[in-house]
Amino acid sequence: MIEKYLRQSPLAHLGLGGQTGDDAAPARVHLAERPFFGFVNLRGPGADPAFLDAFKAASGYALPAEAGTSGGGGNTTALWLGPREWAIVDTRGDPDAGPRIAEHLRTALADHQVAVTDISESRACIQISGAKARATLQKGCPLDLHPRAFRPGQCAQTRLAKTTVLIHLTGGGPAPEEPAFDVYTVRSFAEYTWLWLEDAAREYGVTARLS
Amino acid sequence: MLVIPCPHCGPRCEIEFSYGGQAHITRPEDPAAIDDETWADYVFMRDNTKGVFLERWVHAHGCRQWFNVARHTVTYEILASYETGAKPPKLDFETQV
Amino acid sequence: MTQSFRLPEGGLIDRGRRLGFRFDGRDYMGCAGDTLASALLANGVHLVGRSYKYHRPRGILSAGAEEPNALIQLGEGARVEPNQRATQIELFDGLRASSQNRWPSLNFDIGAVNNRLSRFLPAGFYYKTFMWPASFWMKYEYIVRHAAGLGEAPRERDPDHYDKTFAYCDVLVVGAGATGLAAALAAGRSGARVILAEQDSVLGGSLWSGSGETIDGEPASDWIAAARTELEAMEEVTILTRTLAYGYFDHNFMALVERVTDHLGGEAGALPRQRLWKLRAKQVVLATGAIERPLVFADNDRPGIMLADACRTYVNRYAVRPGKRAVVFTNNESGHLAALDMAAAGIEVAAIVDLREDPMGPASERAEAAGLRVVPGSAVIGTRGDRRVRQVQIARLNAEGTQALAAGETLDCDLLAMSGGWNPSLHLFSQSRGKVRFDAGLGCFVPGASAQAERSAGACNGTFGLNDCLAQGFAAGQQAAKDSGVKSGRKSAAAPRAQNHDFLPARWCWEVPSDKPAGRAGKAFVDFQNDVTVNDLKLALREGYESIEHVKRYTATGMGTDQGKTGNVNAIGIVAQIQGREIPDVGVTTFRPPYTPVTFGVFAGRDVDGLLDPARKTPIHPWHEQAGAVFEDVGQWKRPWYFPKAGETMHQAVNREVKAARDSLGIMDATTLGKIDIQGKDAAEFLNRVYTNAWAKLAVGRCRYGLMLNEAGMVMDDGVTSRLGDAHYLMTTTTGNAAPVLAHLEEYLQTEWPDLDVHMTSVTDQFATVTIAGPNARALLAELAGDMDLSSESLPHMSIRDGRVAGIEARIARISFTGEMSYEINVPASCGLALWQALMTAGAKYGITPYGTEAMHVLRAEKGFIIVGQETDGSVTPIDLGMDWIVSKKKKDFIGKRSLTRPDMIKTDRKQLVGLLTDDPKEVLPEGAHLVEGAVSQTPVPMLGHVTSSYESPNLGRSIALAMIKGGRARMGQSLQAPLANGKTVACTVTGPVFLDPEGTRLND
Repeated sequence: MIEKYLRQSPLAHLGLGGQTGDDAAPARVHLAERPFFGFVNLRGPGADPAFLDAFKAASGYALPAEAGTSGGGGNTTALWLGPREWAIVDTRGDPDAGPRIAEHLRTALADHQVAVTDISESRACIQISGAKARATLQKGCPLDLHPRAFRPGQCAQTRLAKTTVLIHLTGGGPAPEEPAFDVYTVRSFAEYTWLWLEDAAREYGVTARLS
Repeated sequence: MLVIPCPHCGPRCEIEFSYGGQAHITRPEDPAAIDDETWADYVFMRDNTKGVFLERWVHAHGCRQWFNVARHTVTYEILASYETGAKPPKLDFETQV
Repeated sequence: MTQSFRLPEGGLIDRGRRLGFRFDGRDYMGCAGDTLASALLANGVHLVGRSYKYHRPRGILSAGAEEPNALIQLGEGARVEPNQRATQIELFDGLRASSQNRWPSLNFDIGAVNNRLSRFLPAGFYYKTFMWPASFWMKYEYIVRHAAGLGEAPRERDPDHYDKTFAYCDVLVVGAGATGLAAALAAGRSGARVILAEQDSVLGGSLWSGSGETIDGEPASDWIAAARTELEAMEEVTILTRTLAYGYFDHNFMALVERVTDHLGGEAGALPRQRLWKLRAKQVVLATGAIERPLVFADNDRPGIMLADACRTYVNRYAVRPGKRAVVFTNNESGHLAALDMAAAGIEVAAIVDLREDPMGPASERAEAAGLRVVPGSAVIGTRGDRRVRQVQIARLNAEGTQALAAGETLDCDLLAMSGGWNPSLHLFSQSRGKVRFDAGLGCFVPGASAQAERSAGACNGTFGLNDCLAQGFAAGQQAAKDSGVKSGRKSAAAPRAQNHDFLPARWCWEVPSDKPAGRAGKAFVDFQNDVTVNDLKLALREGYESIEHVKRYTATGMGTDQGKTGNVNAIGIVAQIQGREIPDVGVTTFRPPYTPVTFGVFAGRDVDGLLDPARKTPIHPWHEQAGAVFEDVGQWKRPWYFPKAGETMHQAVNREVKAARDSLGIMDATTLGKIDIQGKDAAEFLNRVYTNAWAKLAVGRCRYGLMLNEAGMVMDDGVTSRLGDAHYLMTTTTGNAAPVLAHLEEYLQTEWPDLDVHMTSVTDQFATVTIAGPNARALLAELAGDMDLSSESLPHMSIRDGRVAGIEARIARISFTGEMSYEINVPASCGLALWQALMTAGAKYGITPYGTEAMHVLRAEKGFIIVGQETDGSVTPIDLGMDWIVSKKKKDFIGKRSLTRPDMIKTDRKQLVGLLTDDPKEVLPEGAHLVEGAVSQTPVPMLGHVTSSYESPNLGRSIALAMIKGGRARMGQSLQAPLANGKTVACTVTGPVFLDPEGTRLND
């Protein structure tokens, strides 16, 4: 446990807030930093039923087996990253979520060939939502983000402009009918990614806030 | 820009991948036991095929997995992709230029 | 000025919205809906430029993308753009444009003397004249660049911003003429995701050029409007007007440029000026239409000589009369259609000169019925007129059409409309690797078999009748949607129906015969933009350039910004005619993207300024900025280079920082060092295989330096790896190599050793790392680390321990890159700034001094520590570095081991790492300086090696340098010379590479 006042979120120094673009028109893109979250990297034998059972017993839900899907229960969500790799995330805003999840999994999966690594601090999470969220991401992301191709709950590791990102369509934005993505980027790329998204969304009008 | 079928993630844009050169070149079991020429051949020499070529790619911006691709070096057609360690599928290796 | 050539009614223009513009300093008025070309013509302006080589007066040839002549300089100042086609520039209020290739003015141009000197400027003139002597090229180039060339590039920074986006669709339809609209309707109705891309500002394409066409019984304009309404109502259909599909690449990847705000002129606000669409389409329908061919006859380039269909377009779409009295010259029905429309618009049609002996066809019949004069079996063999055509000379041809009989009558005119047939726009098809074939009946190249998921439809497919185009487009759209995998739930209506009006029959005639012997008639231009004439082609063939690709390069035909859209097929036809070959045997030159020029700005997109390259910043970065640090780029990271105090030079600041670290206490942000978490029961075995030294016996809590080679035996990276647990290690890499090292390790793990139980995860960004170094480092840490035992017994050099520093969970490693007592404190990244501030506050009493990368380099060089990438360059082995001590003799294998015994690697004259001391201790050698032995009289001077690192060392009170020298270790004490670029030669002596504390007492105390 570290006193919260000692911590700085990856984008804290930007002093986020306000709107860019055409001030008169309603913004169609909303950007927000999720300042603290848990993000644990889990490696394990994805084809081994004993391992999968152990995870399920420990977490209360099954690890997603299909590429680009997610599943969750309780406070965490598991995102598929690769055939033997997942991210276990908790985006409720608890700065100690990462170490806690990691400890829990390490204990629960101790009998299996796994690696559990808390990398919460190495990531920044930017939520992008709004009617033009897909169009904004599509400017730098080579995946097909059309609603027919990228559905709620889906996730993918891919590129955004000149960085590698993990995107997750959560649907948890301010307006339920509009898409909302969590974009995880490596911490040191967070400022670049934020500025890039803000610039890409400029023609649609964009609000920025610390969530 | 090619569409490369990652065996794990499905078809993705080429810019998510890095190229790894010729596939199915195995590191010698006991490097000390082989002569200089054979070792140099392993380290430096690669085929430059006109036609169907078995090559390695890594999904660097995706699942980070290495895999193999059968690609026609003239038409850039990708005939197959398969996991590292797997045998290449049966293909018509005739050069179709 | 009045628009005296504007028709009182009709056209796709808004007479109520009058737009003022300026061309070559004169003000004119046009209408909304005009292009710059149509507005100029409405004002009677035909002369719009001078030609590239001969500076001949040139007018507007076409009404579209194929325009070779009317290339103008658009805009002013920072927004100026050269070589813009007046035929495609949408008019806006306040538009400024000027002509090109003229000096001092368009009407009086000094360069026009080239026209009279033209027999001295044949094809290949520049190649022949300026090739010798080679050293004179610089002078020639200056003259050539001023004499020739197109417009001028802007000199100021582009003030606009540009956008780029990826995009996907099931069906891309390129071209929104009748064919493309039918295709988009069919595909859209199936529910497919459709993008319809049209370079024009309006949908409808050539339907606007015609008159009286009906589709499904309605006027074409109504049908277009209905189609647009229907398409816009479809959720999955995107209509992109002003969007050029300029390139067709592999796997159905298409590049499109959308001109978002160009037509508005000036500031675009939040909207980008242009947008690049990087589009992947499952299926592509090409409906790119066709381009009319000019006829090749003497002096066919005067202003007022235009393509027949362009004349129709100006009359019908823009309500402009391109002249008062026209002569039509044609070899097919299109000329007659133009004549009819011009006559209907009140233009006097003096004659239709038809190459055909017996003109037949629906348009000819209508022309005859309308009482227009048709001169059959005849040709225009010459023209007169300086800045505008004013007379044409016609002659009857022999029965074969190969010879002009004696010159016949001359006709006065101010407009000559010509039609030599049609060329399907095959550019995208050809770029997709589709092979074209020549259709002798149509007299043009048409698409052959497709190479990608693509189909051509309509005129670009050699289908010219409107009804056939609609049917083909509709079928193509339907089939494309089906092939893209869309399951259509709806039954689509039938294809729209219309009348067919073909341009056939035609009489092909590539070079119009002349009554004069070759070379005596006026110039017959094949390629207007590059001033290539029939005689140039003949010369190229005479000189032995037989392949069409060689003819192209020698004469420049088909080059330039229009890439031969109007000229290429005529050139091929003429070459075939001269060589006595069939056109398919001559072949076509390669079609290359872009279809028309694309701005650099749109390729750059938003990757400019701060977004050009990601700037990676550490959590402590804001502090460094506040402290006035000067930053250095290390990979993508911004690292403090040095921290100057007010008034300090870099030299002074670095010396102060170096001294502080040795004398008391320095602090550095080391967050950027690569960190890789390695877990698994085979982790030690894995480290054994990837590092040169042995790892099996490293105890938990201890650290070890490792050197990593590539398989060729060359040093790839170095760093300290710590054992955190039984099966848990933390590897560090150099800042710039973090990603390549992880990729290298993953590659071996996955492809060579998949049986090892090892997992690696990058944790570079997980921790903020702060290094404190110097004699007071331990005292400072003791103050903040609670009751942690920091004694050398408990935490010796090269050991690691978890604890708390300033209330923050921390991992403390006692390791050193400076040779000083030094601790690396790793904390969660979010606490990096808090840790730094706590250390700065508590360290004040020791004069704690932040130091940057430059001071770090000096400190490590004093100790003779290498930096990978500075001492090494991919050709350096550990033996070369004198680091045999770290290369295990016992390990059977590790990456690169086998290569170290290859013959070249054991040579004694390889470059080896040494130290260098200049004879003058104040002299600091430049890094990169070459070193030689003895006098520098002999040339070439044998090079012994080069300086890799060089600094002034404030601790030693003199300069020091590291160098890679051939056989260096055998040269200890030898004197070498460094001849510098400024002519000075610096003498120095070879020493060992360790300058300070070789016993390491400062580290271990």
